[in-house]
Amino acid sequence: MNAYYALFGARFRELLQYRAAAIAGFVTQLFWGLIRIMIFEAFYRVLSAAQPMRFEEVVTYVWLSQAFLMLIPFRMDGEAMQKVRDGSVVYELARPLDLYGLWFARALALRLAPTLLRAVPLLAIAACGLGLQAPASWAAAAAGAASLAAAFLLAAALTALVTTSLFWTVSGEGVARLLPLTIWICSGIVLPLPFFPEWLQRVLEWLPFQGLIDVPFRLYLGHLPPEAALAQIGKQLAWTAALVLLGRGLLNRGLRRLEVQGG
Amino acid sequence: MCESLALYMRYVGVSLRAQMQYRVSFVLQVLAQLGVTSIEFFTIAVLFARFGALEGWSLPRVAILYGLVHVSFALAEALGRGFDVFPELVRGGGFDRILLRPRGAAFQVLAAEFQVMRIGRLAQGLAVLVWGLAAQEHAWAWSDAVLIAWAILGGVCFFGALMIFSATLAFWTVEGLELMNVLTYGGVETAQFPLDIYRPWFRAVFTFGVPLACVNYLPAQALFGAATPERVLAGWLAPLACAAFLGVSLLAWRAGVRRYVSTGS
Repeated sequence: MNAYYALFGARFRELLQYRAAAIAGFVTQLFWGLIRIMIFEAFYRVLSAAQPMRFEEVVTYVWLSQAFLMLIPFRMDGEAMQKVRDGSVVYELARPLDLYGLWFARALALRLAPTLLRAVPLLAIAACGLGLQAPASWAAAAAGAASLAAAFLLAAALTALVTTSLFWTVSGEGVARLLPLTIWICSGIVLPLPFFPEWLQRVLEWLPFQGLIDVPFRLYLGHLPPEAALAQIGKQLAWTAALVLLGRGLLNRGLRRLEVQGG
Repeated sequence: MCESLALYMRYVGVSLRAQMQYRVSFVLQVLAQLGVTSIEFFTIAVLFARFGALEGWSLPRVAILYGLVHVSFALAEALGRGFDVFPELVRGGGFDRILLRPRGAAFQVLAAEFQVMRIGRLAQGLAVLVWGLAAQEHAWAWSDAVLIAWAILGGVCFFGALMIFSATLAFWTVEGLELMNVLTYGGVETAQFPLDIYRPWFRAVFTFGVPLACVNYLPAQALFGAATPERVLAGWLAPLACAAFLGVSLLAWRAGVRRYVSTGS
């Protein structure tokens, strides 16, 4: 376990070096959040029907999702993917470590480090005058935090799964391109999920992507009551376990037929 | 002029053949783009389904704004891809080679790549534009079609200018260039909705700071029925402001080229 922790730590510190990218990302997310909020502001100005969320809730949801944008597996583990492509993955196999565990630890660092770099300043600014609200209650805060931790595990499992898929399609374009697209719409990042038509919401409840953004933030808002937390977090963890098992299975089968040429 | 055009077509031909070497990858890229832009419009439609209207703007009218900005942006991205990847050229010293050739630097960077995969955004933008136009209840004249083409030309100039500005910055710094994305992608995102819904300071930035209002907001209002003569005039003049913006960006570019010092190696 120590080895994986060390791998995680090394990758985490490496990712913290990208400060210029973090500043650019911070400004971009701030700007994006403002546009989103102004658009909602305009829609709420003339209200004809009851809406699934109050305006203040939407504002908080938007800021949280901008702050934790990097949690979402858009950018995959490029280095690990390159290693599969050029064959140097054999060096990883020579180490006395489980390859999936190694990838998972790297993926977790990839999700955590850039997120923390951006989330802290963005949340600080959003809370000072841009409408970010405190959690609904202590229970909501605890539920949101626990669910957010589960969201990181879920995101890491998805990232590791994409890396694994490269054993099957070397160009890796397919899964690596279509997964972000699916996540884009199904996680709540582009539009809070309660606004979607009811039939679509029923479908999304059965998918893992809601656990990345929508569930933790609605728990925080109290839009999902704290009593629902156990079931929701259980669902996030169940999906994580399922994706880990799937990734491991794919990896083991991929390794059995792996051929690396040359030297 | 004729010779330059022929040379440009040669460049484009080479670029097209190169892009067609990875056909599966190409198709996936187009599909992914089609998917992303379709999702964007879908979410706008979802919001309209929930809220009914947006301060007097119906979904078809917003669709016209959306279509104009996405078609312009897709064309500008396809044409100006060379400027997009230009910072790499400066970092690697490849710009020296360009300066040695007997053609203008801007011309060579422009001709370096014609990115076909942008057809995904283009197709989706066109479809939404046509749908929005068809849903308007007023008789269409030929002048409207001309105005639409004219507005798209202006939009291409606008986004092209932003790309040139961002490439020009690379002469001074290669750090933090992603910040320009706030203006390009942020501009597209902003212009999907009518500018009048935003707060005044924000509107001012995108009207007087960069003439985003001239890309679609002003021309589109000249298209709607019962447009006042001033609105019609503003709509027709707006693309000229975009062209002027492109001119300014080219002046900045020339200043950048003059102060360029090679990274060596």
